[in-house]
Formats: sequence, C-alpha cells, structure tokens
Amino acid sequence: MKFSLWIGALLSGGAVLAALISLVWTPYDVTALDIAHKLQSPSAAHWLGTDHFGRDIASMLMAGARTSLAVALVAVVIGAGLGVPLGLAAAAMRGRWIDELIMRANDLIFAFPALVIAILITATFGPSATNAIIAIGIFNIPVFARVARAGALSLWQLDYIRAAQVSGKGRARISAEHIAPNIANLLIVQGTIQFSLGILAEAGLSYVGLGAQPPTPSWGRMLAEAQTMVTIAPHVAIMPGLAIVLTVLGLNLLGDGLRDALDPRLKGRSA
Amino acid sequence: MRQYLIRRFFVLLASLWVASVVIFTLVEGVPGDPASFMLGVNAAPDTLAALRTQMGLDQPLIWRYLHWAGGMLTGDFGQSFTYKVPVASLIAERLSVSLPLAVIALALSVALALPMGLFAASRRGRFSDGTVMAGTQLGIAVPNFWFAMLLVLLLAVHWQIFPAGGFPGWSHPLGALRALTLPAISLALPQAAILTRVLRSALIETLDQDYIRSARAKGLSRSRALTRHALRNALIPVLTILGLQFSFLLAGAIIIENVFYLPGLGRLIFQAITQRDLIVVESVVMVLVFAVIVVNFLTDLAYAAVDPRLRRRA
Repeated sequence: MKFSLWIGALLSGGAVLAALISLVWTPYDVTALDIAHKLQSPSAAHWLGTDHFGRDIASMLMAGARTSLAVALVAVVIGAGLGVPLGLAAAAMRGRWIDELIMRANDLIFAFPALVIAILITATFGPSATNAIIAIGIFNIPVFARVARAGALSLWQLDYIRAAQVSGKGRARISAEHIAPNIANLLIVQGTIQFSLGILAEAGLSYVGLGAQPPTPSWGRMLAEAQTMVTIAPHVAIMPGLAIVLTVLGLNLLGDGLRDALDPRLKGRSA
Repeated sequence: MRQYLIRRFFVLLASLWVASVVIFTLVEGVPGDPASFMLGVNAAPDTLAALRTQMGLDQPLIWRYLHWAGGMLTGDFGQSFTYKVPVASLIAERLSVSLPLAVIALALSVALALPMGLFAASRRGRFSDGTVMAGTQLGIAVPNFWFAMLLVLLLAVHWQIFPAGGFPGWSHPLGALRALTLPAISLALPQAAILTRVLRSALIETLDQDYIRSARAKGLSRSRALTRHALRNALIPVLTILGLQFSFLLAGAIIIENVFYLPGLGRLIFQAITQRDLIVVESVVMVLVFAVIVVNFLTDLAYAAVDPRLRRRA
C-alpha cells in the first residue's frame, strides 16, 4: 500500500520538522508566562490557544516534539545497538548455551514493562528524561534481539552463508558482513514500530511525572497539567493528545508502508 | 511433554529468582540512606540510628535480601514504614482494585477484538475490512490516559453517566463496577486494536491453507469454515499476544489508576516512591513482575492445550 507509506511519511515528517524548527524558532517563547491571556481558545494570535499560564500551546507542542522524538530515538538506538549484536550472536551460536542465556535474559527483561523499569530507576535515581530514555531503551533491547535472531536464523540455512563458512570466515565476521546487511530491512521496520511505541511510553512516563522535568516541554506533562482544567478549557487537553496520536499514527503507517515496500511477499497483507 | 513442563517450570523459578535479585539491588543497593531521607536533615543521630536498626539497615545487604525474599516465600512482605501495616495486607487490599480492573479490561478487549477480527478477515480486501483496519490503526496510536480523559469529559462531565474518579469499595458492588467501567474501557481500547489486527492476519493466513479449501469444497459455508476451522488454528498467535498484553495491561493500569484516582497498586507504588517507602516499592514491583512471569508460563501451557502438535513435539 503506497497510500500508508505517504501518509505515514507526511505525518512523521511533520513532527520531525516541527521539532527541528523549534530549535531555532517557535511562535512564542515556551517559558514566557502571560497569565492575563491564560486558557484562551485557538485564535489568530495563538493558533492552538494558551494554557493555564498563558503559554502558547503551539509553541509548547513544537518544543515538546523535540523531547518526545529525542527520547524515543535514543531509546531505539540503545535497543538496536545492544539488541541486534545479541540477537546476531544468539543466532550464530544457535542451540548452544550462549543462545539459551541470551534468549532467557530476553524473556526476563520482557517481564519488566518499560513503566516498571522506569519506576525502579526513578525510585532510586529520581525522575528525568535520561532515566526515561534508559527505561524505554532497556525494554527495546529484547525486541531487537528477537527480531535480529529470527531473521539471522533463517539466513544461516542458506547456501551462500555455508560458502562463506567454507571459505574460512568466522561466525562473527559472517554475522557482520553477510547477515546484518540482509536483515537491515527487518530492523528498519522494527525500528519505526519501537520509535512510535517509545513516543507513547515517553508520553505515559512524563504524564505520571517520571519523564522530562519542568521547564523542558513534554507532551505527556502538558496532558497531566491539563487534566485539572479539562472541563473549563478542553482544548488544553485535546491538542497535546492529538499531537501524540498523529505522530504515533504516522510512524506506524510509515512502518507498515516500509514493510510492504521492502518485502514484496507481504504486499497487501498488513498485520 | 512432562519433560517440557518440568523444564519450563525450572525456567520460571530461575526467572523469579533473578528478577527478585535485580529489583532488590536496584532499589536497595544504591548509595543514599533511606532512614536519613525519611527523617530529614535535622534528625538527631540517635533517632536516625534507632530507625536504621528498626529498618534493618545496619545489616549486610545479602542478609537483608535473604530476609526479604525468604519472607515473601512465606507470604510475609515486611512492614511498611509509612503506613505501619504489613505490606502483604496493603498489597492485597490494593489488588482487590487492580486485579478486577485488569481482568475486566482483558475480557473487554477480547470481546471487542474477536468479532472485529472475524469480520475483517471474512471481508478481506473490501471496504469494510479497510474501515476496521483504519480504526485499529487509530486505536493503537491513542495513548490510553488521553483516551481516558476524553471519556471522562464526555461520559462523566458532559453526560454524567459514570463517575470521573474515585472508588466506593466492593461493599457497594454496583458503584464499584461503575467506577471501574471507564478505566477498563480506556485500558481495553488499544489492546483490542492490537488483538484485532493479530487475529485478522492469523485468520487470513489459515484461510489460505488447503484444509480450509477442502472444508469449503465439502460444502461448509464460509462463515462456518472460518469459525470452526480457521479460528482454532489462529488462536496460537492470539494467545501469544494475549500473554504479552497482560504485562502492558498491568503497566497501563498503573497510569490509568492515577487518572481515575483508583486506590490500586499503581497509586500505591507512586505514593510509596514519594514517601521513599522502599519495602513497598520493591514488593509491589515484585508482585507485578511475578504476575507477568506466571502469566507467560501459563500462556506456554495454553499453547500445548490448544495445539496438539506442540504437545507431541515436546
């Protein structure tokens, strides 16, 4: 489906663009309080209205995109950086104790949902965006390890890998030179999915106060602050939620579209 | 089969043990003195020492771990520092909110996903299939706590059908169920969306098999072939996802309980963190992880029950 690829690229591209622009420009200063103009509905001056401190919601959403995307992206890099080598090693050592150890450790991490890891880390080190990254990143490791292992296992059966073995290449070298490039498609698709899950997780963590701390703008915390005012000014709660939904939707559609585009066997059979 | 079960059981025990070590070291093994944190900087040294002895902080770390883990095996989770009651009774009380919430949400997500998945699979490629799939994309992308806020806005504030928060206790069964309705719906929606997609693609995969064609050829209607033959074979991936979803439900419940001010495990854990009631934090986390590990174990057993092939192979 070309359609989902384009819509997905458009939505996630929009979020990335907003985050990048916010580095140099936002309509208003996100830390500037303007109590006189608090809780205003969307208008020409404030496109998406203002919050309970009179801050411009559009500006905060742009700056919040930065936090969300950065946290989720670094968490994906951590997960892939550690998970992929582990998965490749497990596949190369299939059936041996290393494989068993890696896979059982994976199962164990799966028993700790990202939020629970975050709670544990926060209970000891205090809340911060860094701790949110670590918590989501740890949870990403077993996901990438599984995908890499499953993809690599099927490749190890193929003739050209046998040929490489016969020619004297070691398992590590084969994994790096032949296996890794051939599972890149799988990893990219999984990366987009984990990226979108990371954005949801970051929103959840900062909503309960375990993520980025003030004054760093964050979509999750905007929602937490809006909760008490949802009856008098619903737009304050609706806008950040829409930002999350559109970004996550965009990344998911992008992932689906990429999978279909990269794997012709799956065409028209989206899961 | 028996060998497989015994092996799985040992993996289960080992996982629980490693999990308890990880939790304990993370919470208690870091620098910083909980006693001085609780009493503040102006505490008298002898009061501090007394509290440290009372909390067992003067004992070596290994000894404290053995004490904690051994206690849990006998159902003694220790004493909460702030609530001054046994942690076990505290957890049991909160579980009476969290567990029904998770179970209702799980049941709700299955009740939604089963008909939708069957419907979409039977209309594969048509407009109605596309509509259901688009709906599930949206369901996956919506953060459940935001959905919860929208539900409150609509059904609690605007129409006032359900309470916006709080919990009257199980002595008012009807009121308790009403209080759990919106939280359960907001938890169930994203899960139902994922489940629908998994069920649909599993069904479509089995519908392409030869035995379905045979069943159709011998005169079975499309819908009967779908429900009698395809559904049973599509259950394996669905069970896998259900097992995994349980941990997401538990984590989601932690957040949702905070949206609706429900006195469950999720609220307990946040209160315990702010009060630095470490024994409560580590015990609640252990209970959550225990639940996830046991559910995954049960999921593996359920495979064998659903799929005779797995029984024989193992």
